[in-house]
Amino acid sequence: MNDDYEKWYREDRLPHIYCPGCGNGTVINATIHAVNAMGWELDNTIFISGIGCSSRAPGYISTDSLHTTHGRALSFATGVKMARPDFNVVVFTGDGDLSAIGGNHFIHACRRNIDITVICMNNMIYGMTGGQGSPCTPVGAISTTTPYGAAEPVFDLAELAMAAGANYVSRWTTYHVKELTKAIQAGLETPGFSFIESMTQCPTSFGRRNNLRTASLMVEQMRTCSMLIQKKNRLEAEGKPVPPHRWTVGEFVRRNRPVLGVKP
Amino acid sequence: MQGNIACAEGALAAGCSFFGGYPITPSTEVAEFMAKELPKRGGVFIQMEDELGSAGSIIGASWTGARAMTATSGPGFSLMMENIGYAIMTETPIVFVNIQRGGPSTGQPTMGAQGDMMQCRFGSHGDISIIALVPSSVQEMFDLTVKAFNLADRFRVPVFLMSDETIGHMREKIIIPDEVEIVPRKLLEKGELPFKAGPDGVPGFPQFGMGYGVHVTGLTHDERGYPEATNPEVHANLVKRLVSKVESKRHEIADYDLVNPEAETVFITYGPATRTVRQIMHDHPEKNLGHLNLRIVWPFPEKLLEAFPNVKHFIMPEMNLGQMVREVRQHTAVPVISVPKIGGEMHSPAELLAVLEDLS
Repeated sequence: MNDDYEKWYREDRLPHIYCPGCGNGTVINATIHAVNAMGWELDNTIFISGIGCSSRAPGYISTDSLHTTHGRALSFATGVKMARPDFNVVVFTGDGDLSAIGGNHFIHACRRNIDITVICMNNMIYGMTGGQGSPCTPVGAISTTTPYGAAEPVFDLAELAMAAGANYVSRWTTYHVKELTKAIQAGLETPGFSFIESMTQCPTSFGRRNNLRTASLMVEQMRTCSMLIQKKNRLEAEGKPVPPHRWTVGEFVRRNRPVLGVKP
Repeated sequence: MQGNIACAEGALAAGCSFFGGYPITPSTEVAEFMAKELPKRGGVFIQMEDELGSAGSIIGASWTGARAMTATSGPGFSLMMENIGYAIMTETPIVFVNIQRGGPSTGQPTMGAQGDMMQCRFGSHGDISIIALVPSSVQEMFDLTVKAFNLADRFRVPVFLMSDETIGHMREKIIIPDEVEIVPRKLLEKGELPFKAGPDGVPGFPQFGMGYGVHVTGLTHDERGYPEATNPEVHANLVKRLVSKVESKRHEIADYDLVNPEAETVFITYGPATRTVRQIMHDHPEKNLGHLNLRIVWPFPEKLLEAFPNVKHFIMPEMNLGQMVREVRQHTAVPVISVPKIGGEMHSPAELLAVLEDLS
């Protein structure tokens, strides 16, 4: 194991822009540990992102990186990876960037099963613009654009990625740092499209309006609200009710569909 | 050969190795030809899910050092505007081919038009400048596509081949040379800041995978490439440089035919109307007409208007309701007669002769 993590960070960019208690740093840290464990080099690893809090991550990483337009990161990543299949391409995104404005690119990148790894920081809110509702804002949750509680059903991003054809899909949270890091590494190792969703706390824009005012309260909620996929499957198989308001976590799929963007 | 195929041949001759596209009439022949030819030559063709994706994919490919392009028409072109702005802000060399059709909206998919001349120049938000070329023959579809790649790499700016259905679907004999002139992209000197430009305003290109560790962002950025979005000075300096690196070279890169500068009546054309004007000048030498044919319309080379010392009238036929005529009018005190035509067909000689009759 190579312990030289510091080389991956652009120290001259610090301090970062994230709010106190933000979970994005945890996800970035898990990602860098996973990338480093892969033995990848700075020079052939490319980080790409769209727009939003999550998407500022590549700016703090010392590789070549593209901070692109809102929702479009996967199309840029497709261009990079198709032109240079020998590059390792990792995309940071958020729930709004990926599933609202970027939804079409997401499902098609999954369908193509292009060999990139996508890490989604799902904070259930548009954080950068001050806390508007996203397709992942839970029903009933308060945001600046759902002042009476969100009324629309949410997207289950992991289910979506799986249905659309991704080779590797898992979901964890910023409470499950070790599991998350291992899942990201498994995604990096798996040829084809890998999708790792991390439920990520946003105390400033989400928690503040939803009785979860501190980061610790939000992380505690991630622990109590997470249910392993195996347990959920067992409950369902036994005909027992699955408690409401639970995030299923764990590895959803790891398979070998034909892939795109791999060096022949 | 068909105009659209000549465009694709030009791209291949120029070393284009990446095409990201989405089908749209009347441009699809470009994509179809690239889909057939690029894989044979080690290049990449990818059909994206929409035109936003097409534009994103070619920008991504360009950062790996590839010469990359897409081809589209009006509705697709509208969808590309945001990523065009990103390419301008990040100084990404790419080529957009727009085989224009009648608009607005779905309009006339199979008919020619020049309704996007202002959109290519001003369509993306913010203060921008780009380069736009307009062919008037199948040969120029080839030649100007090669030129578009060279200009994109030299200036690190999106370059637009603003053709239309008329020329795109025209068939003519052309000469494809064994070799074309290639002006390669200038790489960044190691140790230099990635977005610090020299006197020409164009920084060296920090190609991905070569150890530059460059951060590319559409946010206002400093010379290191780092976001600096609230500093008025940084923003003003960056955007002024992006505009002036193109505008300051407008006379140097001007590409045109200037015929009979002594004339009193002078046609200014770009694209299909060039052919009509040449026809009436051939048929009516007694009318002593002058002609300025522009192959590069943006940045606009306004000094060329001074090349006609005796001119009493400029006449501008365009396949729109009068777009480039606005640019011409603001640079000359000479009356400029707009001859707009929409509906999908190019100007006939009779229509232009009628304008001359009205003048006399």
